[in-house]
Amino acid sequence: MTTEFEPVIGLEIHVQLSTRTKMFCSCALSFGEPPNTRTCPVCLGLPGALPVVNEKAIEYGLLIGLALGSDLADRSIFHRKNYFYPDNPKAYQISQYDEPLCRGGRLGDVRIHRVHLEEDAAKLVHAGSSGRIHGSETSVVDFNRCGTPLVEIVTEPDVRSAEQAREWLTLLRETLRQLGVSDVDMSQGSLRCDANVSIRPVGSEKFGTKTELKNMNSFAFLEQGIRAEIERQTEIKRSGGEVEQETLHFDPRTGHLTSLRSKEEAHDYRYFPEPDLVPIAITGEMLERARAALPELPTQRAERYERDLGLTADTAQLLSFRPELAEYFEAASAGNGAPAQVVANWLVNELAPRLGEQDPRESKVTPEAFGSFASLVAAKTVTPTAAKQVLDRLVAEGGDPEQIVEAEGLGAMQGGDELDAIIDAALAANADAAEKIKAGNMKAIGPIIGHVMRETKGRADGGEVTRIVRAKLGL
Amino acid sequence: MSDDVLDLTAAQAVEKIRAGELAAREVFAAYRERAAADDLNAFTWVTEDVPQNGAGADAPLAGVPVAVKDLFCTEGIPSQSGSRILEGYRPPYTATVVRKLQEAGSPILAKTNQDEFAMGSSNENSAFGPVLNPWDRTRVPGGSSGGSAAAVAAGRAPWALGTDTGGSIRQPAALCGIVGLKPTYGACSRYGMIAFASSLDQAGPLTRDVTDAALLFRHMIGRDPCDSTSLEFPGELELPSAERLDGLRFGVPEELSGEGIEPGVLETFQRTLDLIRELGGEVEPMKLPHAPHALSAYYILAPAEASSNLARYDGVRYGMRAEGATDLISMYTRTRHDGFGPEVKRRIMLGTYALSAGYYDAYYGRAQQVRTKIAEDFRTAFERYDFIVTPTAPSVAFELGAKTDDPWAMYINDYCTVPISLAGIPAISIPSGLSEGLPVGFQIAGPAFSENRLLDAAYALEQAIGFDGAKARAAA
Repeated sequence: MTTEFEPVIGLEIHVQLSTRTKMFCSCALSFGEPPNTRTCPVCLGLPGALPVVNEKAIEYGLLIGLALGSDLADRSIFHRKNYFYPDNPKAYQISQYDEPLCRGGRLGDVRIHRVHLEEDAAKLVHAGSSGRIHGSETSVVDFNRCGTPLVEIVTEPDVRSAEQAREWLTLLRETLRQLGVSDVDMSQGSLRCDANVSIRPVGSEKFGTKTELKNMNSFAFLEQGIRAEIERQTEIKRSGGEVEQETLHFDPRTGHLTSLRSKEEAHDYRYFPEPDLVPIAITGEMLERARAALPELPTQRAERYERDLGLTADTAQLLSFRPELAEYFEAASAGNGAPAQVVANWLVNELAPRLGEQDPRESKVTPEAFGSFASLVAAKTVTPTAAKQVLDRLVAEGGDPEQIVEAEGLGAMQGGDELDAIIDAALAANADAAEKIKAGNMKAIGPIIGHVMRETKGRADGGEVTRIVRAKLGL
Repeated sequence: MSDDVLDLTAAQAVEKIRAGELAAREVFAAYRERAAADDLNAFTWVTEDVPQNGAGADAPLAGVPVAVKDLFCTEGIPSQSGSRILEGYRPPYTATVVRKLQEAGSPILAKTNQDEFAMGSSNENSAFGPVLNPWDRTRVPGGSSGGSAAAVAAGRAPWALGTDTGGSIRQPAALCGIVGLKPTYGACSRYGMIAFASSLDQAGPLTRDVTDAALLFRHMIGRDPCDSTSLEFPGELELPSAERLDGLRFGVPEELSGEGIEPGVLETFQRTLDLIRELGGEVEPMKLPHAPHALSAYYILAPAEASSNLARYDGVRYGMRAEGATDLISMYTRTRHDGFGPEVKRRIMLGTYALSAGYYDAYYGRAQQVRTKIAEDFRTAFERYDFIVTPTAPSVAFELGAKTDDPWAMYINDYCTVPISLAGIPAISIPSGLSEGLPVGFQIAGPAFSENRLLDAAYALEQAIGFDGAKARAAA
């Protein structure tokens, strides 16, 4: 008998804040400037330089805490995390340890452990084949990124699958994007996610030994990496082995996980309170300002769509977790009284897939046009089949849906001579089917409807055709 | 002419320049000449230029230049903190207090020798060699601001900047027969001071007399947006003028004024207490129960912070990088092996150990508790006393090499100064007489930001003591 295993996954997310200046100095944040042009004595860790906390970063941290429903500390302190590495010019990172800015909270179905502030490291570039510092011919350091404000969000181990990890991270990204505190771009490194993965026999309460996965710098890689690690651990367990606690590096080229040399990882960080900074006292005024700046968040928006507009939970979430869709949806359903459910369904199921990654607000289909399109569908002025053709035209060329329907003759065919004649021809061509229907087998109507749709180019309404067929057959 | 200038205190020189009776350039040139000819090894760098019209002659400090301890960053000027690892390092910016003095009209005359990274009490830990005491060249000037103290005592700088972490201004001031003020923690910006122990380091003046200390300090204080731990000084810093000590209460902690203090030092101390009484002050023995533990706590906390502060000297970006490294780790270890002296290494080891997982609570955590207790002792004491007084150092200047093999004998030098540092309160050392022909310092401590009262009391006492430091200047 093989044991079934359950993955237990916790995520650690680093978010670069989009403040104007760095965490502890007044250097502007860098966006691809020439190396080492956004630096000063503080972020270079020169002798004698001292950090000063960026208040905006605190404000953003509070905003994130509020959005995640965390407990916000009224007093919070920074610690030094000591380790030697060339990307770390002071040889310590100013971070938070046992008095973080926020504790607890929840986003969707995952509980938050803590949220804290820290500073980013510099960027290392290694010359030579290894691509890593060990074995590189030379390594150079670009300090532009050094000192960029980071928020670290640590979840509880509530995630149970690679897919859930990916979905949840999407929700987090949208929440942060909505807050306007970060560019949240995984490919640019402004959103980074590490995963702690372990497995345990289903039903067991005890956690297994976890491994830490790093360097999964896209949503797909995150899912891929976690999936690979779950498989790896399951195989080890099945063959009677023990998972070793280690840090694994995801290689996007191969999709494989490799163990980082323990030398790089075996740290005693010797945390102690940063004596160069005074404790952060969170005032009522700061909290008020953060609360006032809090926008409607994706989860709240989804609830509102479900509750007030009657959207299904799935559709509500799909719209809400992509703010550009949500905004488009609200614009399209605003003006011309198009029913929200129809707008939502056609947006999620038809328009969005046609646009792929493109933002609908930047497509040729204006929200107004999409609204009137949805109204046509709702009023059955076009059949669903014809509507898809109209949408194709809108996506390709833009324009007014009503004019397209008229010009292309795609309007739904009302009952009448023309339709009568086509149905008669269809019955004649499918005499067998007609007999079966008469004998009570309504499933046989398929070929007849198919014939009619072919002849009318989908303009006929399926329900109407069925009604006429039944009448003609005296049912 | 030069000798006349030399007889003036810095404040007197400022006054004469402002009155048009003396040229700023003349003062600068006289001191530059003496500094350049220095044979006490007090300096690590002396300016080549004499400002044409005297920089800032119309400013409050009238162009009277200042000698600056090596560990203050000074733009384009070597700032090495007495260490091989920073040899030749020229920072791209200037420390806030130095800049403030420049703006007030006191240009940089020279950089002064010091114990490496301010770790030491004899100046023998400098990578650039020991400094000699102008009172007796076979003896140490104290440390870590030994170069600043010797330079002022020997009349090779009108006044000087030092830093004090556990006694590094007060003890060398005492051993060289000059005045040294360790301000309230936060009174002066630490921005640009090469850090030893961040929660203790404070800049302060080393001067010929109390008035000079007040005048220089006046232009150093103030909140600095670049130092989160700095604070605005409450009110104005006045020049001292008190002649009497009527009604003031002076507490003499038993723990810091008996055992372990040299008899000659104690004698001078007792005579100074008598002078306080003569000036109308009350002197009372009292207790600081936790003070005996101060040194132990200090030698956990200061090295812990230092181990982190000094980790940045890794050869990657500036300063020394050892030759022949084959990979990253060997570059780190060789650079730090070659770049740091033995005392610095000792403290890095101590501090690293104290912060290590599993030891943190027993060492660092415990030491912080002791620190809190000591601060409470002082707070309680100041409910009854205006000032706490002790000998500054347990002995007069000792012979070069006498204590270099015994770290604890060296650390004991700070026995009376360290408790005050841990409490973050201000203290001043003034010369109170001679023992065996060598100066003895008298330390007065007051509550946080009591510098005005502290300087006033020190001034009144200074007048009564009438200490004469001319011998050291003449010998030099």
